[in-house]
Amino acid sequence: MRRLPEVLVIWVPLLLSAGHVVVFTAWTTWMSFTPSTLMPASGWVGLRNYTSVLATRNWKIAFDNLLLFGAGFVVLTTLVGLILAILLDQRIRGENVLRSIFLYPMAVSFVVTGTVWSWLLNPGIGIQKLMNDLGWTTFRFDWLIDRDMAIWTIVLAAIWQASGFAMALLLAGLRSVEGDLIKAAQIDGAGPARIYLRVILPALWPIVISVLVILLQFAIKTFDLVRALTGGGPGLATQLPALVVYDFMFQRGQIGRGSAAAVLMLLTLLGVLLPYAAWKYVQRRRAANA
Amino acid sequence: MREVPFTWTRGLVYIVVVLLAAAYLVPLVVVVLNSLRSAQEIAQTSMIGWPKTWAFGNYAEAWGSFCIAQTCTGIQPFMLNSMIITLPATVLSTLLGAVAGYAISLWRFRGDGWIFGLVTLGVFLPEQMRLIPWTIVLRDVGLSNTLAGLVMIHTIQGMSFTTLFCRNYYLSIPQELMKAARIDGAGFFRIFWRIVLPLSPPILIVTVIWQFTGIWNEFLYGVTLTTGTQQPITAALIALSAAIADAPQHGVQSAAVMVAALPTLLVYVFGGRYFVRGLTAGAVK
Repeated sequence: MRRLPEVLVIWVPLLLSAGHVVVFTAWTTWMSFTPSTLMPASGWVGLRNYTSVLATRNWKIAFDNLLLFGAGFVVLTTLVGLILAILLDQRIRGENVLRSIFLYPMAVSFVVTGTVWSWLLNPGIGIQKLMNDLGWTTFRFDWLIDRDMAIWTIVLAAIWQASGFAMALLLAGLRSVEGDLIKAAQIDGAGPARIYLRVILPALWPIVISVLVILLQFAIKTFDLVRALTGGGPGLATQLPALVVYDFMFQRGQIGRGSAAAVLMLLTLLGVLLPYAAWKYVQRRRAANA
Repeated sequence: MREVPFTWTRGLVYIVVVLLAAAYLVPLVVVVLNSLRSAQEIAQTSMIGWPKTWAFGNYAEAWGSFCIAQTCTGIQPFMLNSMIITLPATVLSTLLGAVAGYAISLWRFRGDGWIFGLVTLGVFLPEQMRLIPWTIVLRDVGLSNTLAGLVMIHTIQGMSFTTLFCRNYYLSIPQELMKAARIDGAGFFRIFWRIVLPLSPPILIVTVIWQFTGIWNEFLYGVTLTTGTQQPITAALIALSAAIADAPQHGVQSAAVMVAALPTLLVYVFGGRYFVRGLTAGAVK
């Protein structure tokens, strides 16, 4: 029998933490089936909130943008992170300083990142203005105000912020590849490029998958960066689901629809995380049986 | 480390890596330089340039007298708010997570797997699913629009991360050590204090850095659950951008951005090495 102080110290924080996850998820899901507007209300409207959210132009564009942003950001960040990791893996001098330089964007908030990139990318005051002033008067770099290209400004800023994180995880992965495997390949006469492609990258791919999943769940939750960089514009060109939820809940006072949009976000997230969890489980079983 | 002989390929690696590093530094350099340029100077040229006259006054103005949403107190009160939120929430969530991780990994009790699973689900649950519930909870416990309310939220939510990190790390502490301590008559708290805590610095550094940067940089709760003088610095920066849209003050704004980013940048500069080491040693599995 445990003593009371131990029971309290173990259970009270754990129950609060686990409890808020369960109760809040259940509550917001319940709200998504009610006619709530400015205040939470009871009542049952079935799937009406979902059908009306899915029918709005706002949500459709936001979801298309998420697909584009998610794919671009996740693939390019992983690629850049991998290139940085391979470069730093070449036993170069000043590795610690260089690693800090690639990692520092991760320390600052998306609000800061978004604000600073909005200056650099603003054609009136940023890079385009600088180039024009320097004499290259036909230079144009106006993605920020171009409806078709604006989403790529979000991708660019997000890559700058997150690629150091991908690099750190991949670098650790590169260094945990068995030395014997590499030696054997060297003895067989394989050059460095061949060793990376044929020996190291195949051993690295479980970590690559983890990095992809971590980045993808960042992408689905992205909110602050867009708020600070483009505010969702021009028009709806950089609208994302997290902004749509905020819009419904706090700008339009439609808690029921906002909750439905939040649940749709959660379902998108589960669409990524559940296959990943299943894959992890299978891997662990295989490792245990081997 | 063995000295590697110079080759043209290695020379190319150095050139590429230094160019990339320079590119990553551009936003930081731009903010630092602009924070020292006057508004007129920036308006005449662009956001990218070397200061002709050093406008150190930008920092004093950003810190103490600039007007954000009708209050002309600069960012100083908002920086203080962020500190008052971040420090207690970081310490509390780390401490509670360490005890919880210790109980789950080394003591085992009925239902430990279930409760651990639910706690770590909190890592993935979008904040949008918890926004309105938190609003209601804050109202019911009488903490609406207070810093204490945000401390409570970040402590409870932060436990998802800290419990996960600590539990994974404590799994590597041998059970024999626990058995020996228990035979000697040591109890739950005594073992934690004498054995587990002294082994914990590597993971505690990771959790403290993670929590500090995460809570300091948090924006959504700050902007929806607090208003006016109770807002954290991230919300104040957005309010400042909105205020500045009419009359550009990019020098002062750059100084504000720089000051707002400084605490987490310093944490990374001084703790980054331990962070990467700890992160890759066990926190991410």
